[in-house]
Amino acid sequence: MTDTVDVLIIGAGASGAAVAWSLAETKMRIVCLEQGDWMNPAAYPASGRDWEARQLGDFAINPNRRARAADYPINEDNSPIKVGNFNAVGGSTILYAGHFPRFHPSDFRVRSLDGVADDWPLDYATLEPFYAENDRVMGVSGLAGDPAYPPHEATMPPLPLGRSGRILARGMNAMGWHWWPSDSAIASTDYEGRAGCINLAHCTSGCAQGAKASTDITYWPQAIRAGVELRTRCRVREITTNAEGMASGVVYYDAEGVERFQAAEVVILACNGIGTPRILLNSASGRFPRGLANTSDQVGRNLMFHPYAAIHGYFDEETDGYRGPGNCIWSQEFYESDPSRGFLRGYTFEFVRGQGAVMAAVQGMQTGRLPWGAAHHAAYRKLHAHRTGMVAICEDLPEAHNRVTLDPVLKDGHGIPAPKLHYTLSENSRRMLDHAVARGSEILRAAGARDIATEAPIQSNGVHLMGTARMGTNPERSVVNEWGRSHDVRNLFIVDGSIFVTSAGLNPTRTIQALALYIADQMKRRLSTLFD
Amino acid sequence: MASDDAAPGPGLTDAARHALRQVAAMMIPASAEYRVPGADDELVFADMLRSTGRDTAAIARALADLDARAGGSFAGLDAARREAVAGEWRAAASPDFILLQRLVLQCYYRDDRVMRSLDMEPRPPFPKGHVVEQGDWSLLDPVRKRARMWRDAP
Repeated sequence: MTDTVDVLIIGAGASGAAVAWSLAETKMRIVCLEQGDWMNPAAYPASGRDWEARQLGDFAINPNRRARAADYPINEDNSPIKVGNFNAVGGSTILYAGHFPRFHPSDFRVRSLDGVADDWPLDYATLEPFYAENDRVMGVSGLAGDPAYPPHEATMPPLPLGRSGRILARGMNAMGWHWWPSDSAIASTDYEGRAGCINLAHCTSGCAQGAKASTDITYWPQAIRAGVELRTRCRVREITTNAEGMASGVVYYDAEGVERFQAAEVVILACNGIGTPRILLNSASGRFPRGLANTSDQVGRNLMFHPYAAIHGYFDEETDGYRGPGNCIWSQEFYESDPSRGFLRGYTFEFVRGQGAVMAAVQGMQTGRLPWGAAHHAAYRKLHAHRTGMVAICEDLPEAHNRVTLDPVLKDGHGIPAPKLHYTLSENSRRMLDHAVARGSEILRAAGARDIATEAPIQSNGVHLMGTARMGTNPERSVVNEWGRSHDVRNLFIVDGSIFVTSAGLNPTRTIQALALYIADQMKRRLSTLFD
Repeated sequence: MASDDAAPGPGLTDAARHALRQVAAMMIPASAEYRVPGADDELVFADMLRSTGRDTAAIARALADLDARAGGSFAGLDAARREAVAGEWRAAASPDFILLQRLVLQCYYRDDRVMRSLDMEPRPPFPKGHVVEQGDWSLLDPVRKRARMWRDAP
């Protein structure tokens, strides 16, 4: 047994990094356990000719395919949407695209405004200063003045519009619909020691340039300089409790596979919407037979993914193709609820530039656009650098039957039970996807597309993991309170996407981090009464 | 060239390699018009054999399936029969076949000669990067004139 630490954080990704950075100023002894390792940007795929192949191998977004030592398996047989994540210092920010929208005020009042799901126990105004603080640390490229949002500033100019953006903006203007430069956690200029984007087209397998704001190069260097200890290749098996029903520490396996115990005064979970319920359920004990913090039976329930639709067009004119960050522009024309559309809530269109030479061929073959034989070459040249389009991110409403449990058989490399997903697509989501495919196709036709390809839902894009330990003021219907503390265990906090009450129809990382900073701020304000 | 970190299984047999090369040639033949080699080119094929990595077993299964469809040996068929059997095999689109097809495409479309024929520099993206034009931001003017779209929340 090692000395008791003041704060033990599990997970060094988007939220774990932010909460560590914020709490560091307290000068408490803070340790973070991360099951993955530091990444070496010089070894990212962009440095090699096989960069596209590695996106489907050791940098695949699906952990079952990737199967690195840091990964744990996930039984996703009962889910039409498969998981995307990454396990390392920086977590899934290593692989995320860097799309960085904020929630809207309405996203925190879903029950009040639209009569479904639940309201959050906090609001946009409460999080606003923490969005701003997070923006300063991560760095956000964008353009102030988006009519879809309350006013907020960008820290850098927007990413370039490019050829693809020009084509798509032309289509949006023809339809008379909203679009705007995407807020992106990608430095469009040099920023805080990070070099500006050089258009590697490579954001989703680690940014070799360091332009994308993964937390291994933003929060963590600052947190470590401020005294936080980060232990890598340390996989937590369970959180232990004492006779008072308080968390006493964690059992974990270190880099050599040796079982260790780390005592702690406070435990913070930052393991995402699947990793966090997995640890809580694996921490079942005589005191907490349903799993830790699970008196409400809400741990693992209400899993939300964001069903995605993909709508791409092929154009006679050349697109950005393999050049540039994927991020470009977005549209929230269909974001706020309109019952006449046949579904509740809405979605964001995020427009993407193109794809690499290999993926153009792979998708061309898979969709029947690219033949074998002598006709292959001419057909390929109509696809390569002639494709652009969008994805639609649909708000996924919470449903109790969509959940994470423990698999009775499947285990990770340390023998720890793996998570098992149970997820079905709701009728509301199906209608929203259909609407997005129809509207997206209209946009592409208006922009001049000669051929349109769609996929809904995108099977491989379960990259947003939310809702499985939701926050609320009612202990019978939520896992943590309005400032992230477990209702059941007063020195246990959760700061990742699992505490989301609803998902909004956009990427969650900016809100996950703002919430983590907010919870850290609440902890600092309440230090003398933290466990009351 | 491959840097897959998963340990490969046993390599392909000589017969499987031969069949893979025949399939690659059928998939992407050489073209004088575009000045590109076929996917069965010596350098491209050598890259394939180095790059099977974690998918070696799946690719071997796909090729065994092809042989089974051919009644024993795909390589032993005449050209017309090969075409027919490969067509059936392709239409079945098994997960193993998808991985094999992907291997061929991954190696072909990173070949120097092929990249040059597509007006691409034969190099990795980093550190040189690419140029993306800033674009015409005046396209945003009509959107700037829009009224606010977000809702107040109680």
